[in-house]
Amino acid sequence: MVLNPMHQFEVYKIGPEINIGGINLSFTNASFFMAISAILILSLLFFGTKKKSLIPSKIQLITEMSYALIAKMINDTAGSSAKAFFPFVFTLFMFVLFCNMVGMLPYSFTVTSQIIVTFVLAATIFIGVTIIGFIKHGIKYLELFVPKGVPIVLLPLIIVIEIISYLARPVSLSVRLFANMLAGHTMLKVFGGFVISLGLLGGWLPLSFAVALTGLEILVAFLQAYVFAILTCIYLNDALNLHH
Amino acid sequence: MKNFCFALCIGLSIYVNQAFGSETGMPQLNPEFWIAQIFWLILIFSSLYLIIWKIFLPRITYSIENRKSRVVNDLDEAQKLKDNAEEKLEEYNEIIEKTKKEAKKIIDDSKKKLDKDIENKKQKFNVEIEKELMATEKEIKDLKKTSTSSIADIAAETSAEIIRQIINTEINKSNVSAIVNDISKREIEKHI
Repeated sequence: MVLNPMHQFEVYKIGPEINIGGINLSFTNASFFMAISAILILSLLFFGTKKKSLIPSKIQLITEMSYALIAKMINDTAGSSAKAFFPFVFTLFMFVLFCNMVGMLPYSFTVTSQIIVTFVLAATIFIGVTIIGFIKHGIKYLELFVPKGVPIVLLPLIIVIEIISYLARPVSLSVRLFANMLAGHTMLKVFGGFVISLGLLGGWLPLSFAVALTGLEILVAFLQAYVFAILTCIYLNDALNLHH
Repeated sequence: MKNFCFALCIGLSIYVNQAFGSETGMPQLNPEFWIAQIFWLILIFSSLYLIIWKIFLPRITYSIENRKSRVVNDLDEAQKLKDNAEEKLEEYNEIIEKTKKEAKKIIDDSKKKLDKDIENKKQKFNVEIEKELMATEKEIKDLKKTSTSSIADIAAETSAEIIRQIINTEINKSNVSAIVNDISKREIEKHI
């Protein structure tokens, strides 16, 4: 069913089946595009840092601008103590951005439209942030769930809400990215399907919609990568500087 | 935004299932390749992380820091040069001021000196001129005095000679001179 908008999210293995200890670890089309994104990032960084000239070339400017963007983001949201996590946030941002952008190419696969991928990323951040919080503040990290200036009567309720919202972080973080990608690509596909089914006479309207949507999706691809990175910074801020 | 997207997803999947008769729904929820995807994600992401962390970020940092320090150095140098130039300008102005004052002093001094000199010379000249004038006047007076007496003698002699030539006789000299004296005195008095 080629016209099925959900068909584009189908994962299938390419190459030989890899089976280690009874677990299926086959290389899939999702992994393939993940690797392509990683290779694109590395080549951008390679060519962007090749010359290290005083007056940067365009590609060098791009790498330095993304560097500056993430550096500023970390500094603004999490303070200077979060500098140690700069490489991770930078990698995260670049990875999500490139996976989103590669997904915008026709016939490619959007890695970030897989809930399992975004969830593993979000869960890693969540677990990592929690561990950092406990290492840094010990048991006092639990004070995160007790906001300042709340009447004692309300405290039990507030604490429960805070704990739930804290635990919802990985879910919201992963679903936000996944749902954005899923919705955008599904809509594009649906409009593409309309173009085909309405034919030469009526297909122009959905085509123009599809073109406009593509522009919007490119914006969303960048925005979601940015949001993913900035939320990571905010969570880091919670863990590093307990009461902001 | 999130809620909107969620609603859109759910709506779309319902629509899609009805429109295209799909049996599977969202393929993302099929756990067949979950473990494989997690495995490859961890592998690719962590290698990407390590490569970026260890290789590329130091390069970018180096390049940015290099530029920053270069700019700061250049600015420092420019400031230094500017300070230097200002200092030089001040010195130059000072020198000019000093020179102007000196020049003015020299001009004033020489003017005063010249004035004095001129005054001195004038006085000297005046004194000399006065002297010369007095000497000349005296000479003229003397000359006048001597000339009147000699004129009388000459006139007497000349008249005697003329008379002798005309009438061919010797006349008493004292008579002649008395007459001449008389006449010349009258005539001279007319002139003086």
